[in-house]
Amino acid sequence: MTPDPTLAALSDTFFSITVALYSLAVVAFCAQLAFGRRPSRARELVGAGAPVEPAPAIDVAPEPTAGHRWGVLAMLLTWLGVLTHVGILVTRGLAADRLPWGNMYEFATAVVLVAVVAYALMAVRAPALRHIGVFIMGPVVLAMVLIGLFLYAKTAPLVAALRSYWLAIHVTTAILGFGIFFVSGIASVLYLLRSRHEAKVAAGMAPAGSGLRVVERLPSAAALDRVAHRTAVFGFPIWTFAVIAGAIWAESAWGRFWGWDPKETWAFIAWVVYAGYLHARTTAGWRGRPAAWVNVVGLAVMIFNLLYVNMVSTGLHSYAGLS
Amino acid sequence: MTVLDPPRTAPVPPSPPPAHRRVTGTLLRWWRRLTAMRTAIILLFLLAMAAIPGSLLPQRSLSQNAVSQYFRDHPALAPLLDRLYLFDVFSSPWFAAVYLLLFISLIGCVLPRAVEHARALRAVPPPAPRHLLRLPDSGSVVTPLSGPEALDVVEEELRVRRFRVIRRDGSAHSAGSSGTAWPELSAEKGLLKETGNLLFHLSLVALLLGLAGGKLWGYEGSILVTEGQGFCNSFQQYDTYSAGPLVTGGDLTPLCVDLEDFRAEYERDLTASSYTAKIRYGAPGQDGRETTIGVNNPLRVDGDRVYVTGHGFSPTFTVTLPDGTAFTDLSVPFLPSDTSTMSSQGALKLPDIPGRQDQLALEGFFAPTGVVQGGILTSIDPRPLSPQVAIVAYRGYLGLDSGLPQSVYSLDATQIDRGRLQQVGEANLAPGESMTLDDGTAITFSGFKEFAALQLSHDPGQVWVLAAALTMLAGLLGMLLVRRERFFARAAAGPDGGGTVLSLASLTRGGGDSGPRFDALTGDLRAALDARAPAPGAEASRE
Repeated sequence: MTPDPTLAALSDTFFSITVALYSLAVVAFCAQLAFGRRPSRARELVGAGAPVEPAPAIDVAPEPTAGHRWGVLAMLLTWLGVLTHVGILVTRGLAADRLPWGNMYEFATAVVLVAVVAYALMAVRAPALRHIGVFIMGPVVLAMVLIGLFLYAKTAPLVAALRSYWLAIHVTTAILGFGIFFVSGIASVLYLLRSRHEAKVAAGMAPAGSGLRVVERLPSAAALDRVAHRTAVFGFPIWTFAVIAGAIWAESAWGRFWGWDPKETWAFIAWVVYAGYLHARTTAGWRGRPAAWVNVVGLAVMIFNLLYVNMVSTGLHSYAGLS
Repeated sequence: MTVLDPPRTAPVPPSPPPAHRRVTGTLLRWWRRLTAMRTAIILLFLLAMAAIPGSLLPQRSLSQNAVSQYFRDHPALAPLLDRLYLFDVFSSPWFAAVYLLLFISLIGCVLPRAVEHARALRAVPPPAPRHLLRLPDSGSVVTPLSGPEALDVVEEELRVRRFRVIRRDGSAHSAGSSGTAWPELSAEKGLLKETGNLLFHLSLVALLLGLAGGKLWGYEGSILVTEGQGFCNSFQQYDTYSAGPLVTGGDLTPLCVDLEDFRAEYERDLTASSYTAKIRYGAPGQDGRETTIGVNNPLRVDGDRVYVTGHGFSPTFTVTLPDGTAFTDLSVPFLPSDTSTMSSQGALKLPDIPGRQDQLALEGFFAPTGVVQGGILTSIDPRPLSPQVAIVAYRGYLGLDSGLPQSVYSLDATQIDRGRLQQVGEANLAPGESMTLDDGTAITFSGFKEFAALQLSHDPGQVWVLAAALTMLAGLLGMLLVRRERFFARAAAGPDGGGTVLSLASLTRGGGDSGPRFDALTGDLRAALDARAPAPGAEASRE
């Protein structure tokens, strides 16, 4: 099966368009933060469970129109970007006639897509989350540019070991888990920023309204913590499943279900760290900031697992496609 | 401490607890500390940290060669690291110490919870707290229905929502207090959450036990098999093997495997697309059954698995001595040095040539698609389109009986350096071509066969590990998706004597935002009460 060059080229074009749309979305999210007056409502994240009584929404002053409009535009651009982002992977998959996660470029691109979709869905349900858009989409654009620059690999057929239906199961769930943890990690970083600010305000060391304007605009620390926890709770079983599926696949591909290959080791480390996060969040003395740090460490482990293990260490998961 | 101390008979100070009590007290304190959640989190971190060197340093379990290379590169540091088990991290005592402590902590935490949960499963929901409206999620609803009628409605609504409901007459609270007994209702659901939690943690223990069983009773052996040859499952035959401490040679399944044909297929860009080995397997002496195995598709038979883990070429040579004695079709596996072109290296050793004192050996390079440039042979394609070998012939003493182990894939360089093994010719050969040495010995490159690297694995624990992993996942889902809720209602007479004021409250474990859900449920209850009410206009308020 020879890759189709036209479709492969189309996929690369989609990549550029996606980066452009996401960049514009970042600009719009910035504009929302810059032009919107600090909306009182935005500080209270609406619970993900739909509110029963719509009454309270009425007596709150509507968000300043300029900021609101920029926010809507930003979400629109984000969703457009998601469409072309899906286009990157679909055309890649069609060009190579296989699932589009056969090398690191495709894997990382898919992870970023999951992160954007996860965020965008949450922002649709809870519009206050638009205020963290720039902090999600900023890293997303950075990640996409780095992926395009350093991880790019030409469309190519899969190596023999990857030709298994477990590719669809194991790699898909790994992508989902990683993308969700990405959003969770960023929410925890923002929580750390915001909670420090709130603590200062509460201690009277800094009057409300001072400090970084951007931190002022963030949703409340409690809301950010909730987003981080919810996403981690959602991602953890998916990640667990991805690791189990990987072990099942390894048993039929490599002759053992677990062999402490570097990738396996780091997947295990990530699993243990996220288990630690979920425990820490309900343990006295670890609640709040320490738990959030654990979540940030978890994201760092995931990124290290992607970059270092694929590119530097030698192991069985060397599918980066980079030479 | 001295043994000679006389037993103390002096009066003891007022109230020091007896020694054994003190010891138990200390032990108990340590046990509590070990099984505390805080300790578990620290141990989780230690476990994560302990695994890190295992991925950054070469590990013996993964590649003995990489470890040897590390020893050569860091002669001073490596022995030190080795003493700290840093090349065997995952079988080191300190790694075991961390996970065993973690599991003891886990068991100590989970078992009491399991007992408590078993009790809770059988118990009825507890009576409503006396001051319902002090709970964070609480409110009251006024209805023209009588108290028991109103509670009937609430009970029905809650049962539809799969709550376990119990009605009480409220006498528990009225005793001693001035008020009359108001009927009340307690409901509970989501006990599955704790069940899932316990299942998850106990599955982890089961997983560890399965893992340990596999390590103790499992084994695996690897061997290179050239087409037309085979092996039987015994440790003497394997090139390398590893076995758990409880495995004895007699435990090995009697199984023999013959490789009939091996095929590697490639895409047009030379990406390997499949490796398939046609094998015949069965008990020793039997004719056996034929099957095809390949990447992602091992042979599974009686708890044993046979895998293709690699492949390569075995060039065949015919050596004809000057006196006409011929060794025909000597084929020997050459190890691939570059998997993208399958250029391979190996050696053929002839230690026992009848009637001669000196030994003969070939060291060579095999190119499946060979190109000679400036006398140097290289391979440009992994497929055997135009196979060639570059060989160097040696004569002399191979050192095989020197007592030092040597690789079958290369000659002992020290014998060459000492001049005991002398180069007597070199040539690039295509199939059918020969070279003749100075003494008239002719060496013919007669062709090649393919070999497969086969691995036989036996792990009796892996089924248990899989089952434990799946129940762990099921427990995890129950733990994270199910919400544990209690709901209370108490009926009191309305302020104007008619109707009833229902006080409602709920308690959620681990719920971040139970408010909206409580409001939704209250709204539904109010609607249901209104629907039953004889006259419209029932008023409701939420405090």
